[in-house]
Amino acid sequence: MKEILSLDHVSYSYESEDGVTRRAVDDVNFTVNDGEWIAIVGHNGSGKSTLAKLMIGLLFPEQGKVKVFLEELNADNLWEIRSDIGIVFQNPDNQFVGSTVQDDVAFALENNGIPFEEMVPRVHESLAQVNMEGFLDHEPHHLSGGQKQRVAIAGALAMRPKLLILDEATSMLDPQGRDEVIQVVDELKRTTGLTVISITHDLEEVLLADRVIVMNDGKLLLTGKPEEIFAHGDKLESIGLDLPFAARLSRSLRQAGVGIQGEHMTEEELVNELWTSHFNK
Amino acid sequence: MLEKMIFGRYVPGNSFVHRLDPRSKLLFVFLFIVAVFLANNTATYALLLAFTLLVISIARIRLYFLFNGLKPILFLIIFTLLMHFIFTKEGALLIDWKFLKIYEEGVRQGIYISIRFLVLVLMTTILTLTTSPISITDGMETLLNPLKRFKLPVHELALMMSISLRFIPTLMDETDKILKAQLARGSDLTSGTVKERIRAVVPLLVPLFVSAFKRAEDLAIAMEVRGYRGGEGRTRYRQLDWQWRDTVVIILFLVLVVALFWLRGGN
Repeated sequence: MKEILSLDHVSYSYESEDGVTRRAVDDVNFTVNDGEWIAIVGHNGSGKSTLAKLMIGLLFPEQGKVKVFLEELNADNLWEIRSDIGIVFQNPDNQFVGSTVQDDVAFALENNGIPFEEMVPRVHESLAQVNMEGFLDHEPHHLSGGQKQRVAIAGALAMRPKLLILDEATSMLDPQGRDEVIQVVDELKRTTGLTVISITHDLEEVLLADRVIVMNDGKLLLTGKPEEIFAHGDKLESIGLDLPFAARLSRSLRQAGVGIQGEHMTEEELVNELWTSHFNK
Repeated sequence: MLEKMIFGRYVPGNSFVHRLDPRSKLLFVFLFIVAVFLANNTATYALLLAFTLLVISIARIRLYFLFNGLKPILFLIIFTLLMHFIFTKEGALLIDWKFLKIYEEGVRQGIYISIRFLVLVLMTTILTLTTSPISITDGMETLLNPLKRFKLPVHELALMMSISLRFIPTLMDETDKILKAQLARGSDLTSGTVKERIRAVVPLLVPLFVSAFKRAEDLAIAMEVRGYRGGEGRTRYRQLDWQWRDTVVIILFLVLVVALFWLRGGN
């Protein structure tokens, strides 16, 4: 397995206005391999957004090393590395640079000096990948939040990135927009094998990930497969994260003495467990 | 009132004028503004007016729509006309009624100035009605490109303009939201003295500015991570295409200038 990104004993602190320094990221280590979907979760102020900034070189670590594509990020290789990373931020409006959908998708291509003849097919192709090909000339204020985020993903895809980072990309969307975006990313991952790092506090989104990293107070608290993480239900709730509804219900049922086994992440799993539980006795 | 105002608004269409390259349109309007000052007699002013009406008909803009939208400016033109009627006292006396005296030269000057004003307003309005703001920006950027040699940040100016245009609806929505939020908190913007009303706008502007700065910061970060490093080495997705009809426009302009010189009275 090829390594895409690694953080090696990375620390970063902010200085607040009253002169107190606060460690936003404290001695964090992890590696992301090619084709993985990693979810980084944590409540607000857990340092997860600082992690995103460190990964894309908007911030440089005070201690430790951030390696992207096996190269340590520094001021010289920054632009080259960035052209291989796509990142989608939280606010759909504040990252829409172009005046129409196609201008926005072409923005990164223009910046990287891609010739016009190549831009046109790339713009169409990446819009098709996010199911927005019918919106070429639409202006941003006529799009929904979910559509804008999909355009932002298309803008990232146009550069054919090796890594896509979603920095709370679904947190400002309504449930429908969130589903659209998650579906698009899920399909991309399945069809193209794109490596995805999604930073989120939505635990439903976490279920799709291959591996989960839980952050708390700038430190890496837990890491593992979604099932393994949700087994620590109490721990997650104690740091201010909500479990998915099915997992919560399954836990409550067990506590109430209903004879079901194991953890259940999705409604389907829980329903299957419940309707077969009588035979399993 | 504001919905009817068409000065500076874009109405999509597919006429000859709509399909022109923004560069030829901008160039034409700019040169036309200069050429208008060549007119100095009835024939030349009539020619200018006829030419403008011709352009309006080619652009397939309905006259009613145009004049209805320009009402506030038409009032201004009529006002200038009346001022000339009343205050210019040269030439033969035409009307002498009690204290009102209207002279021939006053009428002539009034009509000339009004036509000049009208023609200028109509031409620039046709430009903005038939060209999307983003095309105007593109056209400006290419036309001003030679000025880069004199250290004029042409690309940056054009980018600033296109980002401002893109954020107008976003900030309008935001203003609306803040307005409603403040109304819900009991702020009153519609009554009171002028001073009170101005003061009531402050709680509207402060949150708007705060959020605009936040947006600017987010946008700057989004642009940076997408590889924006200024105009150097950048390619363009929007391509301008100079066609035969654009050359026709420039030739038409030259014909107009020749005609103006020919019809112009010597003085």
